[in-house]
Amino acid sequence: MVHEWALAESILLYIENQGVRRARRVVVKIGVLQSIDREILEFALREISRERGLEINEFTILEEEPLLKCNRCGFQWSIDPSKISEDIREAIHFLPESIYAYFRCPNCGSIDFEIVKGRGLGEIKVENYE
Amino acid sequence: MKTMSRDPRVLKAIKNLSEIQRVYLVISSKGGVGKTTISTLLALYEASRNRMTGLLDLDFVNPSTHVFLGLKPEELKYEEEKGVKPYTVKNNLFYFSIVSYTRDKPIALRGREAVNALWEILAIVNWGPLHSLFIDTPPGIGDEHVELLYTLKDKTKPIVVSTPSKLSLNSIEKLIQILKEAGFREIYLLENMGDGSLQNYAEENKLVYLGYIPKSSRLEESIGNTEKLLELDVATYIYNILSKLS
Ligand SMILES: Nc1ncnc2c1ncn2[C@@H]1O[C@H](COP(=O)(O)OP(=O)(O)OP(=O)(O)O)[C@@H](O)[C@H]1O
Ligand SMILES: [Mg+2]
Ligand SMILES: [Zn+2]
Repeated sequence: MVHEWALAESILLYIENQGVRRARRVVVKIGVLQSIDREILEFALREISRERGLEINEFTILEEEPLLKCNRCGFQWSIDPSKISEDIREAIHFLPESIYAYFRCPNCGSIDFEIVKGRGLGEIKVENYE
Repeated sequence: MKTMSRDPRVLKAIKNLSEIQRVYLVISSKGGVGKTTISTLLALYEASRNRMTGLLDLDFVNPSTHVFLGLKPEELKYEEEKGVKPYTVKNNLFYFSIVSYTRDKPIALRGREAVNALWEILAIVNWGPLHSLFIDTPPGIGDEHVELLYTLKDKTKPIVVSTPSKLSLNSIEKLIQILKEAGFREIYLLENMGDGSLQNYAEENKLVYLGYIPKSSRLEESIGNTEKLLELDVATYIYNILSKLS
């Protein structure tokens, strides 16, 4: 799985675009649904920072549990990607919206639900030096 | 401390697309006028002229370009390399569709989810240095169209597809207005299943008329077979359109 590299580059292009070239720490929230490998992501963040000449002392990757909510009946639930079959997990890794092809609301069976949080790349925070 | 909210994948998407010389968004507010047919045929014929060409299916609800190309969802595999590489259909023709992940199961995405899926795909697929990329889109003017049109305004060119029918023209009028308001200077009009009668319409509305493709009697039997599709009765019309694009 090498989705991590594309996300790492997205993160760095993004903070660079905000004028950040050095920082004490960058904190990235990652949704568990996408089964992102934190070690690979961190490695990719370091590699790409080095290539682009960014000086970031520390990366912290926080995980966010998935939360799904049915638009029909309001039921809320979570999914543990480590418990689903490998090919479906891989589909969701590349495209979290694939979830709509394989899951329904466990309460009413509706296919109309939303991913409230824990999808994939989330909030990015930059902590500058004083 | 600084918190950022705008989607970080957008810049990566723009970087990926910047390697491509021309990106065409095949759109129409009207359903069934031939967007899928045209995006697939233009990509196929362009590739046959020895140009590196991409075809991207962004119709998440009803993806169907793979049917045209004769590809089964389970045989579509993308090589992974710091993201994914599109599938090589044949010489010079590169392809990406979500059906390899969704396996032809229906997915009903709301606007926010469609936009999310859109940026994810544009950020992870590494097309490489293509000459042109044709993007098939769903009918209507959804959030994903608006998002693409506004964010990628400098990078994409819209090809509006219409049949000569009054119903189709009536429907695309609003779309054309949106495109003009979004700041597109060049808006292409492609007349499908027609006879050239939209040329005047294009001129009156300051659209760039790409020409027309007549109704083909051989299209249906050729769907799923790229060799047959390259020998359609309407082939010269397709080549004509491509020569106007480049
Ligand atoms: N030039 C043509 N000659 C003959 N048949 C055509 C032509 N163009 C399109 N068709 C046929 O018309 C039908 C609709 O075409 P197509 O699916 O490409 O439209 P669409 O705009 O993509 O539809 P949707 O809005 O549902 O995505 C198909 O059966 C297709 O084979
Ligand atoms: Mg279509
Ligand atoms: Zn429900």
